[in-house]
Amino acid sequence: MASLADPILRLRRRTSHKGQGADIIQKIAMVLAVLLVGAALFAPLLTPFDPLQQSLLSRLRPPMGFDRYAPGHFAGTDELGRDVLARSLHGLRLTLALAFAGAVIGLVIGGLLGLIAGLRRGWAEDVIMALVDMQIAIPFTLVALLVLALMGSSLTVLIFVLGIAGWEQYARIVRGEVRRIAAQPYLEAAKTAGAGPVYTAWRHVLPNLVSPLVVQFTLALSNIVILESTLSFLGLGVQPPQPSLGSMVGLGRDYMPTAPWIVLTPAALIVLLTFTVQILGDWLRDRADVRLRER
Amino acid sequence: MIPYLLRLVVKAAVTLFAIVTVTFVATRLSGNPIDTFLGEGLTEEGRQALISYFELDRSLWHQYLAYLRGVLSGEFGLSFVDRRPVTTVVAERLWPSGQLLLASVALTVAVSLPLGVLAAVYRRSWIGSAVMVVAFTGYAVPSFVLAIVMVLTFSYWLNWLPVVGNGTWAHFIMPTIAMSGVLVAALTRFTRNAMLDVLGQDFIRTARAKGLRETRVVLKHGLGNASITVISVIGLQIAGLAAAGSVVVESIFSWPGVGQMLVNAAILRDYPVLQFGVIAVAVAVVAINMLTDIAYALADPRIRLARA
Repeated sequence: MASLADPILRLRRRTSHKGQGADIIQKIAMVLAVLLVGAALFAPLLTPFDPLQQSLLSRLRPPMGFDRYAPGHFAGTDELGRDVLARSLHGLRLTLALAFAGAVIGLVIGGLLGLIAGLRRGWAEDVIMALVDMQIAIPFTLVALLVLALMGSSLTVLIFVLGIAGWEQYARIVRGEVRRIAAQPYLEAAKTAGAGPVYTAWRHVLPNLVSPLVVQFTLALSNIVILESTLSFLGLGVQPPQPSLGSMVGLGRDYMPTAPWIVLTPAALIVLLTFTVQILGDWLRDRADVRLRER
Repeated sequence: MIPYLLRLVVKAAVTLFAIVTVTFVATRLSGNPIDTFLGEGLTEEGRQALISYFELDRSLWHQYLAYLRGVLSGEFGLSFVDRRPVTTVVAERLWPSGQLLLASVALTVAVSLPLGVLAAVYRRSWIGSAVMVVAFTGYAVPSFVLAIVMVLTFSYWLNWLPVVGNGTWAHFIMPTIAMSGVLVAALTRFTRNAMLDVLGQDFIRTARAKGLRETRVVLKHGLGNASITVISVIGLQIAGLAAAGSVVVESIFSWPGVGQMLVNAAILRDYPVLQFGVIAVAVAVVAINMLTDIAYALADPRIRLARA
């Protein structure tokens, strides 16, 4: 039964179906996210072993279910007899903390610069957008290498590097949104009604920024996890003996032929983490962006 | 056209100037380079002599101008490790990196274009979803994890492929795939989106209405028009991603390229090599970006007319 309203009805049906609920993969990702964050928060309670505690008598022991398994060391031990599971959980904790700190710094720097560029036109906007273009043009891994080699790989420097890794995306989003909102009639109406700049920013601009920023924050989180673990893998990020997921893979490389579990456990955790965060980021983006939902 | 080209050249020049400045500021922020890089075993007199020799007692502004003069005349100093000019050290590593880059881009294009077209044409069926899962995996798996898992499987377990070096064609397989993972993810997504945009256009409906076969509509009218966007993505995004990827992949497979050199220089704090290496890679990426922009403008009159 065809009618003129059919295309519109179909459209409405589709938009109401998609993006509202989560599909099965997204639900799994949510559960995984809770588990991973929980494991990171409660790492010291989840395992009886100290991640730095060496035990030279039980070195290179395989995980549970293999020959020579050392009871209690579920994921085996490394070349110094340290518990791989304890190191992985503490590494996850550090990786997540670093990624979170980096993403927040990027959000603050990029958000402020984007706000300035969006509100104040003229040379301030030109300079900020030129910086954005530059950050996009230069492969950031190289800048990170340079900064870490010059300033030494302390945690402070590492957080700083991770923080400036993705600021330009926030700046672009905020500037675009601010300019879009500034042209809206309701802003004109608010001004006519006597609203000051702070009130307008808080009441009318900020609520519009929340959802794109949450999406960008989630996607940035996964990029920063990859950057941090890559730098640590290369030996330029988190320094031993402190465990991070990336450095465990990097240092365990030498023992791969005989003790592959040393690299496989942290490597699996990295992939699990990036998958989870990216699926959630994509889900949030689909929910936030009506135009994408139409596709 | 000419004003547009001029703008591109100025933009590239400004970016390069900024990179050169950033490398200068980064070295000076980290303290006195003599203390940072020569450190132990240096007498106080020797230290003072070096400081005045390198003019570190002069003002920062003076040092900066001297540094710029050196950059412009191609003087980048000697490697701390083997005392050879850094330009020579970098130059002999360009070709291996270039080979790996070309192999990866070739593989990426060969895989991503068909996948992207498939994902766009069959976007509502399982084929489209399957392709997007592949693309998604490429984004989520860091290249070093991909490389490690391949080495574990194909070298240590199955004993099929060599791990280090670049002697034979077999040496290319794993590094090329490790480099291409994230590139395939990026290019497949872009190809799919570009195809979706084109396939929604009026002239596609016209082509179908003319009675053209669907393969011809998709490949000639669809991909033909999407390819402009796709080529620009290869130039703009893939160059940067590949530069970052080569750092990781080359050091895992001991590939004698610029990426491995940069990591070694960073670990050994061979600061002249690191500095020139970063500038050299940045120049390459900026140059590729600029050439892509120019090619894009030449291919599509709308762009050069709109922006000029």
